[in-house]
Amino acid sequence: MTKKGILFISLVACMITLPMAMNAQCKQFAKNTCKAGLEPYQHDGNYHAALLIEGEEAELYKTFYSDREYRIGVCGANNLTAVEFKVVDTRNGKVLYDNSLNDFDWKWDFNLESSQQLKIMVKVPVPDGNVDEPEEGCVAIMFGSKDD
Amino acid sequence: MNRNLLLSGRFFLLLFVMLGIILTGCNRGAKSEGEGSGEFEASGTLDAETQEQLNTAKRIFYSLPSPLETAMLIKNAGAEYNEELMNPTSNTSKYITSKSKALNLGIYSTDLSYASLFDQSQATLDYIGAAKEMADGLNILDAIDEETVTQLEEQINNRDAIIDIISETLMNSSSFLKENDLEGTASVILVGGWVEGLYIAINLVDEHELEGNKLVERIVDQKLSIDIMVSLLEASPEDQDAQAVLEDVKALKTIFDKITINQGEVTAVEDPETNVTTLKSESSFKITHRIFTELKTKVIELRSSYIS
Repeated sequence: MTKKGILFISLVACMITLPMAMNAQCKQFAKNTCKAGLEPYQHDGNYHAALLIEGEEAELYKTFYSDREYRIGVCGANNLTAVEFKVVDTRNGKVLYDNSLNDFDWKWDFNLESSQQLKIMVKVPVPDGNVDEPEEGCVAIMFGSKDD
Repeated sequence: MNRNLLLSGRFFLLLFVMLGIILTGCNRGAKSEGEGSGEFEASGTLDAETQEQLNTAKRIFYSLPSPLETAMLIKNAGAEYNEELMNPTSNTSKYITSKSKALNLGIYSTDLSYASLFDQSQATLDYIGAAKEMADGLNILDAIDEETVTQLEEQINNRDAIIDIISETLMNSSSFLKENDLEGTASVILVGGWVEGLYIAINLVDEHELEGNKLVERIVDQKLSIDIMVSLLEASPEDQDAQAVLEDVKALKTIFDKITINQGEVTAVEDPETNVTTLKSESSFKITHRIFTELKTKVIELRSSYIS
């Protein structure tokens, strides 16, 4: 095989494997950083993670049940500035928690008197004065629960 | 293509540029579930329009109760263990199609979680085997490997360790499917697990005691998840299995819509000592015997079609 042929195959191989490698890193990040931080709450086994760019937003819809205690964890990779998240009542948009009012804490512990469908709104903020080269990194949203 | 061009340096320059563009696009990582978001450059100067798009773009995720959470909710509601309500592991050989394998991976995962939460050692080992068979059949690599089975055997008397292992296998399976653009399959697995939880719960309810029954409250609560389930399945229009299951879920939704849930406004109150917030609200529901029976009949019918 010619050098050019080898180069071509190498490039195609990179094209296929690089995204997979980045996703695998995202999974490891979610597992090692976010899931581990849920203790003593039991992780539910669901996986919600994606590569987000500064300025990008995400929303997650989930039902939370009465008589259980929950921890929501929203974790961003180190190269991202503190990730913002809000927990909102889906019926009327009322903000029930805003981590920007709590030093951008990555987790929130709560329980419910009655079961509710809630929305978790996540935003990777753009750092002041840096819009030329936005960073991209993994953001994971994970849940743990335990009996009330 | 002109051979001279092919061999020229320009071709490779062009190839590099094209690959760069493709790589940048591929690196966007896991696709959003549900409404799509635009594709954006990962680097380089952003013009005002692109920045505006970025500011308004949203990834949408729909989270259903996992098989583990479903089993926890059933146990938490005071349910008892009844092995007869689980899908026999001897049925594994029946599942040939990708749809039946995905549905029954969810079903067996709920049965596995249910058995383990009630400290049923032998059933736990049997159901991890059944779940592994389904996962292997779907080519979900390493979700449940031999090491996982060995770990489970070694920790069989340690419930917390077993629950951790189950949680890990569910996450491995979910992440593998999402990383490989198999969101539809992931959704079908979750629906299978959810229907199994509903089937177990609804069969454990004494139909003459609907009032004040915690298990009935949990069943009614599923009305809050059914729209999420519809949105999740609708997010995979190209997946025939997901679309077939969507019709089943819509049939269930028609019945859930007949149940009335009244919810008051939610107020968040934080305990300054524990930093734990309580979401205070009043809620009530109404389900008649007729609607409960209609729901039970439909759940049994669906679950029967999934495991046969």
